[in-house]
Amino acid sequence: MKSKKLKLKRKVIIAAMIAIILIVVALLAEVIAPNDPYATNATMIRKAPSAEYLFGTDNLGRCVFSRVLYGARTTISSTVFLVAISFFIGTLIGMICGYYGGIVDEVLMRVADLTLAFPQMVVAIAVAGLLDGGLGGAMIALGITMWTSFARLARSHTLTVKQMPFITASRLAGKSGAYIIIRHILPNILEPVLISALTQIGTTMIGISGLSFLGLGVVAPKAEWGSMISEARAYIQIAPWAVLYPAAATIITIVVFNYLGDAVLEYRDNA
Amino acid sequence: MNNKVIKRIIELILLLVVLSLLTFALMYLAPGDPAEKRLSSQGVAVTKEVLNAERARMGLLRPFFVRYGEWLWGIIHGDFGISFKDDMPVAPKLIKGLKNTVVLALSSLMFSLIISIPLGLVAAVKKNALIDHVVRLLSFIGNSLPNFLVSVLLMYFFCIKLNMFPIIAEGNLQGLFLPVISLSIPMIARFSRMIRTEVLTQLSEDYVTGLRLRGVKEKYILLKNVFYNSIGHIFTIIALQIGVLMGGSVVIETIFRWPGIGKLVMDSINARDYPVIMGFVIIMGTIYVGINLLSDLLNKVIDPRVEV
Repeated sequence: MKSKKLKLKRKVIIAAMIAIILIVVALLAEVIAPNDPYATNATMIRKAPSAEYLFGTDNLGRCVFSRVLYGARTTISSTVFLVAISFFIGTLIGMICGYYGGIVDEVLMRVADLTLAFPQMVVAIAVAGLLDGGLGGAMIALGITMWTSFARLARSHTLTVKQMPFITASRLAGKSGAYIIIRHILPNILEPVLISALTQIGTTMIGISGLSFLGLGVVAPKAEWGSMISEARAYIQIAPWAVLYPAAATIITIVVFNYLGDAVLEYRDNA
Repeated sequence: MNNKVIKRIIELILLLVVLSLLTFALMYLAPGDPAEKRLSSQGVAVTKEVLNAERARMGLLRPFFVRYGEWLWGIIHGDFGISFKDDMPVAPKLIKGLKNTVVLALSSLMFSLIISIPLGLVAAVKKNALIDHVVRLLSFIGNSLPNFLVSVLLMYFFCIKLNMFPIIAEGNLQGLFLPVISLSIPMIARFSRMIRTEVLTQLSEDYVTGLRLRGVKEKYILLKNVFYNSIGHIFTIIALQIGVLMGGSVVIETIFRWPGIGKLVMDSINARDYPVIMGFVIIMGTIYVGINLLSDLLNKVIDPRVEV
């Protein structure tokens, strides 16, 4: 039994290390990238991978390797930002609903049910398509439905924590609702909601790059994997590397974050 | 019992009314003026008078609730309005697209089930054996693949490297193949994982031990009892995947130029053709909510203990 836990812990650590490496690479894109990701070069159009251009060049002679690195930053940071915002708003609403109950709870939870009643990607495509606002629009479109899962989770945990004697004690001591929520409820519900946030990174990344691929997210020429693949798809016969490298980067990143989420879940369930 | 079903149907109608209101409000608030877009796409010089006349002609100047009421009334009668792009009625376009999408979606669903039911069963029965690990690994990877990537990669290997299929899918059987595979791969991953879990739960039930003790053959238990008891759950899994399938079909249809409702909506988004987008959301929402209700009712038919 002990060795199984140790094994699971090792799994979490390895996955977390790879994820951190990816994040660091994304953050250091400027330092690592050998070329300017936006510099076009008419003499170097669609060149195969070489020492100078590790992943080759695209239709405009831009360095695919540098663009993949910069794309990592766009994809990872927008995903993490979106998950963080949804996490923050959802948890806050969930705690307020769970703690105060009553009409506020009733209304907000019905709204949450409503977003669950419709297919997320259909809503996202329609909203992103209408907002016409690039990456921000895509994030809003996905965020509309994302916060609700955090709200539901935070609310149900808040309902449990609320029953504990120390909450009653704190209330008798005259502490305000806001104080109790921040100081006593939040620390006690944080773990499950944070883990849920972690497991959502992979799917969120799929959503953002999918919308960008459709042209509803990142606006060209900004480097982002989904839109790079979408652009280079037209000349995949001549320059497959311009599609395959960003595709590999997308798959690896999503796999790593999904694996991390699974590993953490498994570790917790066996704790 | 029947009261509960009626209650669910009333809830469903309310839900759809709210959906229609939200959709309409969204279009109302959306940036970009369809009248202006329309005029400039026709090459008309946009002056204030022309713009206002066009807005009035398109019915954009009347109050929100009047427009909403008219629109909703029309939809109830099967009239989804007139396309901003070409002045043609929207409903026939949506229906034509929907037909193609249903063909694509049903084929993918069938294909996924045919592959994933045996995979899930085998993985559960041979728990922790090599085959189980392989199925789990594949389903993990499949679950991490965005479907636009799957289709681009499939296109690269099958159409360009192997030259087996035409790049642009025409509405025939050969054209159906790659879109179906692209939609199915992530679905197979999810289905086989969920079916495995469900079968494992069933296998640990007392009735399985009882049957085994009575000397009933393992194969018989598995196919007759365990599988039958899992069917209700499989319906639920399918119903949950319909939403993902709908989003996925927009992507896949756009990539393979499959003439479905998803491609129609992407074209309409680019042209700011609001009535088509609104119709798309309403139709997809109705189908989704309807299928979810249907799967709950089916569950009830299969297993009368289930509460609707």
